[in-house]
Amino acid sequence: MSWEPVIGIEVHVELMTDSKMFCGCAVAFGGEPNTRVCPTCLGLPGALPVTNRAAIESIMAIGLALDCQVSDRSVFHRKNYFYADLPKNYQISQFDVPVCHDGHLDIDVDGETRRIGIERAHMEEDTGKSTHLGAGGRIHAAEGTLLDFNRSGVPLVEVVSRPDLRSAAESRVYAQELRSIVAELGVSDARLEEGSIRFDANVSIRPEGEDEYGTKVEIKNMNSFRSLERAIAFEIERQIGVVESGGQVIQETRHWDEETGVTHSMRVKEGSSDYRYFTEPDLVPMVMTPEWVAGIEERLPELPADRRARYGAQGVAEGTAGVLSALDADLRRLYDEAVLSGAPARSAANWITGEVVAWLRKAQVEGRDAALDGHALAELIEMADDGSVSSSAAKEVLDGVLSGEGRPREVADTRDLLQVSDTGTLEAAVAEVLAANPRAIDEFRAGEEKVVGFLVGQVMKATEGRADPRLVNELIRERMSG
Amino acid sequence: MIAASVSEAGRLLRTGETSAQALLEDAIDTASRTEAQLHAFLTIDSDGAREAARQADADLADGIDRGPLHGIPVALKDNMCTRGVETTAASQILAGYVPPYDATVVTRLRSGGAVIVGKTNLDEFAMGSSTENSAYGTTYNPWDLSRVPGGSSGGSAASVAAGSSLLAFGSDTGGSIRQPASLCGVVGMKPTYGTVSRYGLIAFASSLDQIGPFARTVEDSALALSSIWGYDPLDSTSYRGEYPNPMAGLDRGVDGLRIGVVTQLSGEGFEPAVEAATTDMVARLEKAGVEVIEVSLPTFDIALSAYYLIAPAEASSNLARFDGIRYGLRVDGATTEELMARTRAEGFGPEVTRRVLLGTYSLSAGYYDAFYGQAQRVRAAIQEDFARAYEQVDVLVSPTSPTVAFEAGARTSDPLAMYLSDICNIPANMAGHPAISVPVGLDDAGLPIGFQVMAPALGEETMYQVAAEVERLAGFEISPSVLRGAA
Amino acid sequence: MPIEIDIAHVARLARLGLTDEELESYKAQLGVILEHAARVQSLEVEPNVEAAHPLGLTNAFRDDDLRPSLDRDEVLGQAPEAIDGHFVVPPAMGTE
Repeated sequence: MSWEPVIGIEVHVELMTDSKMFCGCAVAFGGEPNTRVCPTCLGLPGALPVTNRAAIESIMAIGLALDCQVSDRSVFHRKNYFYADLPKNYQISQFDVPVCHDGHLDIDVDGETRRIGIERAHMEEDTGKSTHLGAGGRIHAAEGTLLDFNRSGVPLVEVVSRPDLRSAAESRVYAQELRSIVAELGVSDARLEEGSIRFDANVSIRPEGEDEYGTKVEIKNMNSFRSLERAIAFEIERQIGVVESGGQVIQETRHWDEETGVTHSMRVKEGSSDYRYFTEPDLVPMVMTPEWVAGIEERLPELPADRRARYGAQGVAEGTAGVLSALDADLRRLYDEAVLSGAPARSAANWITGEVVAWLRKAQVEGRDAALDGHALAELIEMADDGSVSSSAAKEVLDGVLSGEGRPREVADTRDLLQVSDTGTLEAAVAEVLAANPRAIDEFRAGEEKVVGFLVGQVMKATEGRADPRLVNELIRERMSG
Repeated sequence: MIAASVSEAGRLLRTGETSAQALLEDAIDTASRTEAQLHAFLTIDSDGAREAARQADADLADGIDRGPLHGIPVALKDNMCTRGVETTAASQILAGYVPPYDATVVTRLRSGGAVIVGKTNLDEFAMGSSTENSAYGTTYNPWDLSRVPGGSSGGSAASVAAGSSLLAFGSDTGGSIRQPASLCGVVGMKPTYGTVSRYGLIAFASSLDQIGPFARTVEDSALALSSIWGYDPLDSTSYRGEYPNPMAGLDRGVDGLRIGVVTQLSGEGFEPAVEAATTDMVARLEKAGVEVIEVSLPTFDIALSAYYLIAPAEASSNLARFDGIRYGLRVDGATTEELMARTRAEGFGPEVTRRVLLGTYSLSAGYYDAFYGQAQRVRAAIQEDFARAYEQVDVLVSPTSPTVAFEAGARTSDPLAMYLSDICNIPANMAGHPAISVPVGLDDAGLPIGFQVMAPALGEETMYQVAAEVERLAGFEISPSVLRGAA
Repeated sequence: MPIEIDIAHVARLARLGLTDEELESYKAQLGVILEHAARVQSLEVEPNVEAAHPLGLTNAFRDDDLRPSLDRDEVLGQAPEAIDGHFVVPPAMGTE
């Protein structure tokens, strides 16, 4: 039996607005517990919510970047359930009229473009955070759960894909691409490690060729892209195992355990999760006018897919374009500047994604602090291309520039890296060496290629290493070929 | 009493014949003489009030006049958050709760120089029509101490009737200002939904709740409304457009207006004295120049039913926050779930429990459509009924309550009988329209009867115009027996 | 006819820890009230519009500005139990 995995991904994105979704408390990471709360986000009696316009504009941007329809009219609903980290014991969320719906994200999987449907993007508020006190910690409460409501009320966008993904690897690409779009839009930090972006997966399997969906299982607690892929891969295998041994997949939520590499069942409570959705009476409907939507669409930045396409059109190889596109904005700007200054796109991309990134990583310097601008990079590339420096010397020049020693030509000069590429000078040197090694010519004509290397070495010695070895090689061959 | 109305007190304050402190002492004195029998207040903040009164007098002396409520002793229903002053919503679950912020209405009253005497009693979480559902003991009717003052804002109504405040504020979700006003012989009104901020009002049913004034005169009521209403950015349901002037038509008379008598609000369940008083007032209005038209609003017959699905549904959600975790009563449990369940079982009284169960049920899976969903459709139909009616008439009138004040304990074992107290009031809440109760007479037992005037949304000017005329025609005197009998 | 409801289920959804006796009592009362409430189903004419804010409000937004948060001592001063700036609940949070 051949099984087809069917996967949908739900993403929660914490928005980076200054203030919370429904009140004026600050959105920030860390800090002393319960210092960024007010009657509204703490659920005090009598408090009321007021919608943050910037959050709505952010979700509209996310939706537009995912080719979604923005609803003309959208409302909030109350999702009612009791939980200690939910101060009102209902979450203000959206039910049947989300802000955005029916879009897609095209991803590149092994050279193939796959279109993943986006069902909806809706707006909601985040909950507080709970920390569990272990036993033996304090005298007061040996055990307990501590609650911090700083995060309560932070704007959260939920993006739900259609179950169009077909492998763990694809799911990872989807998640990564979504993350980079959100980061590009500037609406969220989108850091998995910090929890400002979170992924849940819905996984099911069905016999290949079948239309009907199998029972889906929700997987939570995947804290990195790698664990996302591993978890989904594991779950697919687990489900296949269950079915092939005659069992049935139970609809449930499972928790990924990164350490043991398995998904665990979370206790299922019968009859739970009746959220009793009803329209939020403390808020009024939102009307997203065409003008408003158009304004946001106009302000969208260049998105990753478009950027990769542009690099490709400029001549950058596909793989390199992908890597370059994923670099931070400062390095990408460096590329654009270099190209504008005349550098060939391909070379600029290669240098940046290769040597520059490696140097910065080793020196632990951020892209924005790099002592290299587009002009300098273009200059360096030109010097390497025209032979002013050898390719290995060019790396040294780069090191010098990034270390703040000066512009490329200055550095090459100071560090004595300039090559002699003047044909006249070199010919004289070559002639000398050949004269001093008469048998070499015969050996070469007899088919001994190795002797060329020897002769080049001799010329290099004679020129104290400054000759352009490629050119020397050429000249020697020319001469010896007669 | 030094002054029989806010406007009279205001005059005396500004001529120097009285002071804010004198007005306050008068109110406190009345309270001390009547509270043992009435129990209108849950908290009297003498210190805070005296400080505010002192400040009010100092301001006036300095030439700072904060407006019509400057120096006036007012009482607030104990479901309005007052910073630093205990606010319980008459529930055990909020015993000892002190809000860290003021409701917007409270802020406006304070900056208008009003002197807050204290917090008045109510049915727990504003759910009830008699104030008997208070967890801290009921309030009694100043006109007959064996009877209820109405509810849920019974304390505020009783206080104004007795004179332990010149003005009081309550909340009206399904008649909770108008009905007690009617039973206590004072003026009580509910504003157009969205015109008075709900920020800081402990929510019962969000789409129906409105804060409104209890007053001794129609003019006072209009003054009070003007002082507290207006756009509030902290309340998303707050109206941002132009507000009418509630005082503009007070002296205009009613000549040329068209008044609709609602046919559904009479007959079975209505006491003869109440019907007679209503018919009588309509006749007098006609003589004063109005055109009287009988209007039928069929949806009124099921308005109560729809209300008892929508209001409890919203309440069940609004009251979910009372879980023993962040404030209020906590009854411990081995798990959080147990803690919440025990806290709520112990903290909520029977009526609140009933409504939370009712509301949860009507929203629950499988029942939503037939109950809550259907109730919302009825609500829309009620709004359409009103719209049709207001094409023919300027205001609608009816008795405020089918009966006068009933005896304490008379309806406590029959929830449905209690709910029927609000049959005349609920439609205006469902539509979000303004409505006012004006006392027009007493029955043979000396119990007050109220006359209700309803107007379209933002129709406060016309509503007050008619109310003022009703007041003139009725010539009602507020003289409850508690004051005559009290030593 | 009073309406039959699964009172235990409803009480659980609402986190009301009622005794069996109380549950029976409420079940009976609710049955009667719901019977009356069910009259909403007798509505003859379907309304043309949905019930909405009477003044047709839409787009009530605030700017993305900061407002002062509450002082933590004031906040935790009301808490039934607090440790190290946190609210405290029993270890098992329960399920949704």
